[in-house]
Amino acid sequence: MSTDSTTAAVGRGRRRVLTAPDSHAGTLLEVDDLRTSFVTPRGVVTAVDGVSLSLERGRTLGVVGESGSGKSVLARSIMGLLGNRNVRRSGSVRYAGQELTELNRKDLRSLWGTGMAMVFQDPMTSLNPVMKIGRQLTEGLRRHLDMSKDDANATAVELLSSVGIPEPERRLSQYAHELSGGMRQRVTIAIALACGPKLLFADEPTTALDVTVQAQILNLLQAQQHERHMAMVLVTHDLGVVAGRTDDIAVMYAGQIVETAPTRTLFANVRMPYTEALLKSIPKLEQPSHTRLQIIGGRPPDLISPPAGCRFSPRCPYAQDKCRTEQPPLIEAEQPGHLFRCWFPVGTDAGREAFERNLAAGVPAAIAARTGDAAAVELADERGLATQTSTTDTAPGSNA
Amino acid sequence: MAGTGTAHLRSDALLRVDQLNVEFPVGRGATVKAVSGISLDVIEGETLGLVGESGCGKSTTGRAIMQLPKPTSGEVLFDGTDLTKLRGEELRKTRTRLQMIFQDPISSLNPRRRVRDIIAEPLKIWGVGSESERKAQVDEVLEAVGIDPSVAGDKRPHEFSGGQCQRISIARALVLDPKLVICDEPVSALDVSVQAQILNLLEDMKARYGLTLIFIAHDLAVVKNISDRVAVMYLGKICEVGRPDDIYGQPAHPYTDALLRAIPVPDPTTAPVQSGLLTGDLPSPLAPPSGCRFRTRCPRAQERCALEEPQIREVADGQFVACHFPLIGEEAPEVSTPVMVGTSG
Repeated sequence: MSTDSTTAAVGRGRRRVLTAPDSHAGTLLEVDDLRTSFVTPRGVVTAVDGVSLSLERGRTLGVVGESGSGKSVLARSIMGLLGNRNVRRSGSVRYAGQELTELNRKDLRSLWGTGMAMVFQDPMTSLNPVMKIGRQLTEGLRRHLDMSKDDANATAVELLSSVGIPEPERRLSQYAHELSGGMRQRVTIAIALACGPKLLFADEPTTALDVTVQAQILNLLQAQQHERHMAMVLVTHDLGVVAGRTDDIAVMYAGQIVETAPTRTLFANVRMPYTEALLKSIPKLEQPSHTRLQIIGGRPPDLISPPAGCRFSPRCPYAQDKCRTEQPPLIEAEQPGHLFRCWFPVGTDAGREAFERNLAAGVPAAIAARTGDAAAVELADERGLATQTSTTDTAPGSNA
Repeated sequence: MAGTGTAHLRSDALLRVDQLNVEFPVGRGATVKAVSGISLDVIEGETLGLVGESGCGKSTTGRAIMQLPKPTSGEVLFDGTDLTKLRGEELRKTRTRLQMIFQDPISSLNPRRRVRDIIAEPLKIWGVGSESERKAQVDEVLEAVGIDPSVAGDKRPHEFSGGQCQRISIARALVLDPKLVICDEPVSALDVSVQAQILNLLEDMKARYGLTLIFIAHDLAVVKNISDRVAVMYLGKICEVGRPDDIYGQPAHPYTDALLRAIPVPDPTTAPVQSGLLTGDLPSPLAPPSGCRFRTRCPRAQERCALEEPQIREVADGQFVACHFPLIGEEAPEVSTPVMVGTSG
């Protein structure tokens, strides 16, 4: 199915823009073994390393990870936003059956906005400060959908009111700096939705916003998604944001998906130690104050020369010799759709034994998970004491 | 929430802030009242959490306590001394006992200096000990925050990650052995795993050095985790003060309730709250609403809220609220002569 014909069909009438045509159900996006590297003076940074995923129409995928895990690069790489200089990309990205990695810039441009759109983190820098809101909203409508100026303006007003902006007519002639942060993000969402995309990427859409505004924006995205039957990829570092609002979650670490599952399955049956550590390190409202947080020692690896074996092994409380030499593949768990990368998974006997062994041997990562003593762990890490630490009162037992 | 009043203050506090006002001129004779009539106290060894949305004046309050800049009016009693009355050398001397940790750890360290020199600077300025004694002190405090002085001492800030830079900032704040440390959003710029490291480290340092902390943050879960007492702020005023477990379990102020509802829960079986959320934006601090400043967004607002500024009062044991119609406890008693809001614009 060619996207050009869809664009043309949408372009005929203003009414049809707001409800994207849903010609065929099923998989909308299929990513297979996507690899994206940047050539830098220090070496080649492989920011996305062999990611495969698929997304059906109307579904939401949460991509979770810390800064530097490759989650934003993944979204940009799928959309083809990274350009060609210094960027190497391999693998396959199929959108509605069409291979995107083979498209030229011009064909991609016709797909941006009408097929796929993105909402970025910082609404101030993603809006043009010297262009009126109205012009930024109608740009895509005029270009992609061949609307007349009046039609485009009328659609822009509709869009602004649908994202909950009061006095939409007046806003068209305002500039970004005249709006609050939450209002600006509503405008960028309206721009992203303008040409009726079927796939929306939201890259940390609420990270720059206050918690009260965050809830409003997330609710808005969810409502718009349902109304338009869009698929959405929600990229965030906050597990709280994705928990109630996604169908599936992919957890990324050092450029790879380390665990993926339907949202409820993931939270109920965490298998990958990194996911477990992330969950346990967040302070939670229902915990009494002064609850000791579990910490993950160390830092994410340098992606120019990632560690051999499992990439999380240097920080993992469960890591054994095997983890440091052999990279685990994505293994299927009991529940359908649940995959994880670990030799000694959480919640299994093998995992429990590995953790106890590490604790007895005084492995810093295991002690970090147990005591939460951030200073001692960091020191041990810096000094490269892999097996023993004297700064904690946990007796270093039998050395491994 | 024009919450003025001092009902929540205690007698044995290390720091007592009384009717603090901070105004900034914004041209054409107008002023922004960033903080208006705030009263707070912190007991020795306690951690006070200050929460609120951006623009509520929480950072300004922290800075005004440090006299950076001096508040427009009000008292800041630290260990019996009114800091606002101190000038020059006296103020500098007293300030060594109060320290601050900032949000962005990388930009708060001088990029051209070595870590060891950054930490030693305060000791040098005050001429503490001999050079070798100072070196020993720097090594000790670096080790305490988890930075190996023999490896890291001669490096510069850009060679460290954000989390490590925050550790160095903490070491710099601790080296003069302060009593009170004001932490202004110290974990907001950090990843969740690093955030946990820094939160645990602050707890450990508090125990080791006998610190009293003021912890400013917008993340309510973080504030709950570290605080013994929490003060919720809105538009330059205090809404609610109390123990975190009480406030979070049973908020008395409608604003606290709305804030708590907005927090996404990392549990997929809990559906995100769609109702009871705040709508609209923070009103401009140039022209704050009359009476209670939260009334324009408050679901419980009545006529009285526009006319009369609520005073802070105790509604449950240790829980204080500035609201006429709180979610727990009784309606505020009528005042015979309604206080027209002369002070808040």
